Amino acid sequence: MTKTLWKGNEALAEAALRAGAEAYFGYPITPQTELLEYMARRMPELGLAFLQAESEVGAINMVYGAACAGVRAMTSSSSPGVSLMQEGLSYIAGSEVPAVIVDIMRGGPGLGNIQPSQGDYFQMVKSAGHGDFHAIVLAPATIQEGVDLMYESFELAFRYRTLVTLLADGSLGQMMEPVEMPPFKSWPAQRPSWALTGAKDRDPRIISSLHLGAEHLEALNLHLQEKLGGIARQETRYETLYAEDADYLLVAFGTVGRIGRSVVRQARAAGLKAGLFRPISLWPFPEAALDALADQVKGVLVVEMNAGQMLEDVQRIVRNRVPVQFYGRMGGSIPLPDEILPALQGLQPTPRQQNGRRPRQVPA
Amino acid sequence: MAIAPAPPHLAPPLASASAPAPTLQVIYERPEAMTEASTHYCPGCTHGIIHRLVAEVVDEMGVRERTISVAPVGCAVLAYQYFNVDGCEAAHGRAPAMATGLKRVLPDHIIFTYQGDGDLASIGGNEILHACARGEKITVIFVNNAVYGMTGGQMAPTTLPGMVTTSSPYGRDVLTQGGPIHITEMLAMMPGVAYAVRRSMHSPAEIRKTKKAIRKAFEAQQRGLGLGLVEVLSSCPTNWRMTATESLDFIRDSMIPVYPLGDFKVHSELVG
Ligand code: SF4
Repeated sequence: MTKTLWKGNEALAEAALRAGAEAYFGYPITPQTELLEYMARRMPELGLAFLQAESEVGAINMVYGAACAGVRAMTSSSSPGVSLMQEGLSYIAGSEVPAVIVDIMRGGPGLGNIQPSQGDYFQMVKSAGHGDFHAIVLAPATIQEGVDLMYESFELAFRYRTLVTLLADGSLGQMMEPVEMPPFKSWPAQRPSWALTGAKDRDPRIISSLHLGAEHLEALNLHLQEKLGGIARQETRYETLYAEDADYLLVAFGTVGRIGRSVVRQARAAGLKAGLFRPISLWPFPEAALDALADQVKGVLVVEMNAGQMLEDVQRIVRNRVPVQFYGRMGGSIPLPDEILPALQGLQPTPRQQNGRRPRQVPA
Repeated sequence: MAIAPAPPHLAPPLASASAPAPTLQVIYERPEAMTEASTHYCPGCTHGIIHRLVAEVVDEMGVRERTISVAPVGCAVLAYQYFNVDGCEAAHGRAPAMATGLKRVLPDHIIFTYQGDGDLASIGGNEILHACARGEKITVIFVNNAVYGMTGGQMAPTTLPGMVTTSSPYGRDVLTQGGPIHITEMLAMMPGVAYAVRRSMHSPAEIRKTKKAIRKAFEAQQRGLGLGLVEVLSSCPTNWRMTATESLDFIRDSMIPVYPLGDFKVHSELVG
């Protein structure tokens, strides 16, 4: 198959359509607006439902409505817009309808700026809305990977009746890269057994996140947790590079994970046995793989475009077996290889540390 | 004086040992579009009657099997249990957005929302405004009882001037707490609205008019004319601290002067 040049946001949109998206509801916000604009052009051509909503609140509730019909529905937004969607995300999770969300993160907090950021790891991975739930969160490092993950997103969403989020930063949305687009996926015409299709020759179906009795709501929560546990066992994804024999491990996701590939190559060339661990699924986090590496390496460096969010997961998994250091940039600054490499090299023990002293803190 | 025998089809059935017993005629029954569940509404509340009117209209139009209800947050939060149709439960105020999502992917289905005044006129103001502006082919039943019922009678945007509620204990002061929102009049100005009227539940005659209006609001959708909205002035004896009959009088004497009944927009194809 041939590769063609695509802008990130547009590639994600086309990939969503090839994955089988039938309905899109969204609201303009930089740096994801090209995704909405692409859908506005393309979906009417394909006879699919496109609507620019009055707000992100409207958009996510339209997604919720369409998803209740068993339709493959999605939206896209960026950080402040996703904050507004959190109410709907929680209802979607509580009702167990499948939906796909693309979050092209920008700098925060507040209005922040429109530069790339990874400041919403906590938001999407830890707390996408009120109540106990997780969305599957997939973090591509390249446009091709974004396309490939998007291509699977509706299958994941429908298999588990869950939310699937593609979490990327603005640089991935805005850059251009050669991409191999997959073919259009075929889906059965039959809607799922829970979908609202009209109570013809059957009892009515109800989709609701309301469970008034404590025992009923606890039962729902236990069921959700069991389902999430199954997802956690089945759906972890990650990439490693030179990790097999690494002494020092760089952990980074998305754009920084991609930069990390160059950094570990440079480190190896400079004589440091460095490796990369790049989580692709941020939830479920690839815990077992990182846990195993923590037994092997002598130090871990986490690099993010935030103040240290995934860092907390890495620390939890490494459990103080080896030092975990952090280097972060915020506000739209992207950490560059010549900043990361010294931090990685700084993991090596100095003579004083060999005497049992703690390693130097890397400035964040 | 001789009485001519009545024509056979008008003759009353003769009570005789040989004639069949008089047949019972059903004059009132549960609409098919209602389930057998007993509602949780307070005694004297007119919510249940409004449900019944909606169900009767759905039955009469023969659309039950392709109707989907969207319930609100508020006293009618469990409405989906009472309508014998597919249904879902929206977040507070978001029913018009959820209904939009459903209608856009199921254009041949009949989608209706059932919303109270806190849900529609306060937190959901933006969702209903834009559903109206876009002319979503949905039907909206808007139940106005001037208070937040489910949370225990707080002030709503529709609360009458001077009305005492748990969150306006000194009476609603319009200078600091604003005045009643006439949202149906406002929404009637939106380009996509085909039908926007206000009716009341305070008497049998008004209830019959409410049913006719609900029918038109569903017809507006079925005929693809635009959004159909019926605001229904409804009682809340519990939070008004009134008896059932006092609360019907309150609708007539206190609510209607502030919220005049009437037609604010009727698409030309729905006139008559
Ligand atoms: S609180 Fe008021 S509106 Fe709610 S069910 Fe009771 S009487 Fe009806």
